[in-house]
Amino acid sequence: MMMAYLALAAILFSIGMFGVLTRRNAIGILMSLELMFNSVNINLVTFNKFIGPDGLTGQIFAIFVVVVAAAEAIVGLAIVLLLYRNWRGIEIDHINIMKW
Amino acid sequence: MLETSYLIPFYPLLAFVVIIFFTRWNEKLSSGISIAMILTGLVHSVGVLIAMILRHGEPLEMASTFIAHPKIYLELGIWIDPLTAVMLVVVTIVSSCVQIYSLGYMHGDPRWSRYFSYLSLFTFSMLGLVVANNFFMIFIFWELVGLTSYLLIGFWFEKKTASDAGKKAFITNRIGDFGFIIGIVLLMAYAGTVNYQEVFTEIQAGKISPGMLTAIGIFLFCGAVGKSAQFPLHVWLPDAMEGPTPVSALIHAATMVAAGVYMVARGMTVFAGSADASMVIAVIGLITSFMAATIALTQVDIKRVLAYSTCSQLGYMIMALGLYGVDYANQHHSVGYYAGTFHLMTHAFFKALLFLGAGSVIHAVHTNDIFEMGGLRKKMKITRMTFLIACLSISGIFPFSGFFSKDEIVAASSTHPFFMFGTLLIAFMTAFYMFRLYFLTFSGNPRNKEKFDHAHESPRSMTYPLIALAFLSIFAGWTGLPFDWFGITSFSHFVYHGELHEHHASYFLMIVSMLVAGSGITISAMFYYWRKWSAEAIKAKILPIQRFLFNKWYIDELYEVAVIQPTLKFARHLWWFDAGVIDGLVNFAGWFTVKWADAKMLFDKYVIDGAVNGAGRICMFFSFFLRLIQTGKVQFYALVIVLLGVGVVLYKVTPEGALWYFGGVVLVGLVSAYFRMSRPERAEIK
Repeated sequence: MMMAYLALAAILFSIGMFGVLTRRNAIGILMSLELMFNSVNINLVTFNKFIGPDGLTGQIFAIFVVVVAAAEAIVGLAIVLLLYRNWRGIEIDHINIMKW
Repeated sequence: MLETSYLIPFYPLLAFVVIIFFTRWNEKLSSGISIAMILTGLVHSVGVLIAMILRHGEPLEMASTFIAHPKIYLELGIWIDPLTAVMLVVVTIVSSCVQIYSLGYMHGDPRWSRYFSYLSLFTFSMLGLVVANNFFMIFIFWELVGLTSYLLIGFWFEKKTASDAGKKAFITNRIGDFGFIIGIVLLMAYAGTVNYQEVFTEIQAGKISPGMLTAIGIFLFCGAVGKSAQFPLHVWLPDAMEGPTPVSALIHAATMVAAGVYMVARGMTVFAGSADASMVIAVIGLITSFMAATIALTQVDIKRVLAYSTCSQLGYMIMALGLYGVDYANQHHSVGYYAGTFHLMTHAFFKALLFLGAGSVIHAVHTNDIFEMGGLRKKMKITRMTFLIACLSISGIFPFSGFFSKDEIVAASSTHPFFMFGTLLIAFMTAFYMFRLYFLTFSGNPRNKEKFDHAHESPRSMTYPLIALAFLSIFAGWTGLPFDWFGITSFSHFVYHGELHEHHASYFLMIVSMLVAGSGITISAMFYYWRKWSAEAIKAKILPIQRFLFNKWYIDELYEVAVIQPTLKFARHLWWFDAGVIDGLVNFAGWFTVKWADAKMLFDKYVIDGAVNGAGRICMFFSFFLRLIQTGKVQFYALVIVLLGVGVVLYKVTPEGALWYFGGVVLVGLVSAYFRMSRPERAEIK
């Protein structure tokens, strides 16, 4: 039963990672990141449920991740907004100024 | 008085400094300072002399260290003994007279203040030379008097002859001084000291071998040969007459040229330690004296006659001292030392008087040629009287001072028949040429009417010194009389060397020397006063000899041919060597340096710069590939992180598989990079 949860988390993580690596839209990358956060949350909750059911550590970690992800989304969206202002677009593969 | 006698040289030095730095613009004040200082020195010197007489000639030495080194110990100090005291008085008296005389003689000279400052500097040097207590110090002042002599001979340097004469005097003296300093260095090396008394102690203790002592004596004497114008370095003295006449009186008659004699007397123990060195001194003295006297017979320039007479008299003194040294070395008793120093003193007075008298005459008639003078007795009574006194004195007529000292020199040479013959012959010639000078100048009728008419007696500033010196020319010799002078019986009991000997006057010698001098004067009068005999007729008969003497034995010409021309020639060769070889080498070194620098520049440019640039290029080359990784695209970096992370995990499971995995990743990366590069870049938003 636990393997099914973990498989779900792995699939979700892979989908998120694929999105991060391949999406050209910065908003899409942020959304894919959210997927990866959530797959980790599933992992944490699963382990809490099947390995340490007496504690609440996993649950609380998941709540933390959700809170941090919300903060991170705000910062990310602010960056995206500035990108848009400066480049008139948010296609991430056009932004290659961190180059030699 | 004695304890402060080191101050005496400083009075004129003070005058020199003050005049040169402060009062040069005020002529009256300058000469006033100079004369005031020398008179102070005179008073002090007389005080020292009296103090020295009162303590019966007990010497006094005061010294402070100048250089203290394990091998060289030099002092600055004073040594006051009777000889010093007498010399101090002589120098200050003559200097005072000359400075006062100069007030008249130098009237209207544009460099008046400088003249007096030089006189003061000279007096300082001479006084320092006299009071010095060691050979090193005497050498310092020796050179200083040489310098001031140079300055004053060439005082009228606009005249080429004067500036040349200054140079000649300086260079000729330098030759003698070279020997002198060798002698001093030898003393330093062999006696270990240059202090007079210590040197004498060493010599009397027999610490120096006789041969070395002879060498030292002769080298030291070289200095005296130069300074006292002895043969063969006498040539500068007649030329030095180009200087102002008071200078000739002070420096080239009475004091500086006496420095050599003084040095021989002062270092008598050194010279008397070797009979050979003393004999050399005596012979040189005799040669000089004879040669100068013969030359003086024919000269027509009033100052040159006096110059040769000075030479001759200095030779006399040197000979007397040399003979004393010979006798002393052979342990015979001799009066030579006393005779030489006594004559040094008396000669200073009457020779200064002669020169100042000659200056007075020149001042009046504006010529040096005695054949243009004549009859001046009517116009210049004081000059004539004082000049006559000086002539009688130098000729050795009783009771003038020259009689006493010259008689002692005859007495000193009486044990050496050859020298005695020479001495008497020279005394005869001296009397003859001095009175020739006197008669031609003052007696008879004027030969040049125009010059005679303009002649006049000199001002009082010039005649008073003449009168003062005339008194001394008479009475200075009387100190040789065996009376009691404040407890000292006669000069010979005051200034002596070694042990005090009683000596007895020889009336026979006195009469002989008087007869010789008298006959010289008489013959002179026959030629030039009564004109019974014709000098022209004699001259015609012995013309070759006359030419030889008139041209000063052709010694100047001999030096010109034998020394000066070869020196110049040699110098020209050296110049050629300098210009050709040395300059060539230097220029070649410069040229070579430039060329070598060019070669090094090439090395720098291609090798060093090449290495630096090469290192840069290598970096550029490798970075060309590495730089491809840095795409600037965040997603690419993220992909690398992910792939690496996968690889790390894989490595944990199966290391071999991880290797294949990494290989595959790199391969795929390169292939995709290739395709990516071959594709045209998309336009980027800037």
